[in-house]
Amino acid sequence: MKVGIVVFPGTNRERDMVQALTLATGRAPKLVWHQEESVTGLDLVVLPGGFSFGDYLRSGAMAAHSPIMTAVRRFAEQGGYVLGVCNGFQILTEAQLLPGALLRNAGMRFLSQDCHLKVEGKENIFTHGWAKGDVFRAPLAHGDGNYTAAPEMLDRLEGEGRVAFRYCRDDGYIQHDDAQINLNGSARSIAGVLSENRRVCGMMPHPENLTDPALGGTDGMPLFKGIVESLST
Amino acid sequence: MKVRVFVSLKEGVLDPQGKAVGHALAALGFKGVGEVRIGRVVDLDVAAKTADEARKEGEAMAKALLANEVIEDFHVEVVA
Repeated sequence: MKVGIVVFPGTNRERDMVQALTLATGRAPKLVWHQEESVTGLDLVVLPGGFSFGDYLRSGAMAAHSPIMTAVRRFAEQGGYVLGVCNGFQILTEAQLLPGALLRNAGMRFLSQDCHLKVEGKENIFTHGWAKGDVFRAPLAHGDGNYTAAPEMLDRLEGEGRVAFRYCRDDGYIQHDDAQINLNGSARSIAGVLSENRRVCGMMPHPENLTDPALGGTDGMPLFKGIVESLST
Repeated sequence: MKVRVFVSLKEGVLDPQGKAVGHALAALGFKGVGEVRIGRVVDLDVAAKTADEARKEGEAMAKALLANEVIEDFHVEVVA
């Protein structure tokens, strides 16, 4: 399985992603610079976290229009798999490869802490490593993670099983208006969503940072193992 | 020509920054401050020769990049 990780000026989580994907796939992913114009030969493109272009204008707005994103858009349109984490999720919404947008956290503060996520997505490679309803821990580090979309779009995402993950308590309890549980105030506690063809996934928390026992746990590993298992069968 | 693009959060979209500024204004003794909404102003120097062209160009740029229409509204004024 060949994975490419796109690096923009200001991206800073690409090494974490390299480590997680190397552990899961057994081979090092390719780093793709934002000025490149092709992602040919890849099975999965990952947009990692960071602060691409210094978050100028809006988080992800500048990166969404860089040369590599034309190739990523073409790749996605042809059915390629794309994962965006944190800033990567923001870039995917700005590029309109995923619906909605990510606003400033409702509490105004940059959040850097663990959260818990409930797995909800149906029939996709990104939640394949878990059972529906599973709860797992994931680190989170962002200032603009407050997911929003028009109410009709939120209904559609829920109706089509395209909410991949929701913020929840460690026992799986979900409460949209509780800032201790839905930490950034996201609409309907949404932490991750899927595209219409379920091949593009964006999420704010960082499963890649919990993939090594030496770093505190492997709670995030099912994301990567699930992708590998789905794509290699 | 000079074009000014005003970008603001759509009605109903939460503006935590505006809220925080509202609280700060109240703390400074400004009474009766209701909702505070914060937007962005982008001044552009464009090569267009007429006001109409300049406005159209400003609108195209707002749609393409300057505003995210999922969460923001914009309007364009030709300044000079």
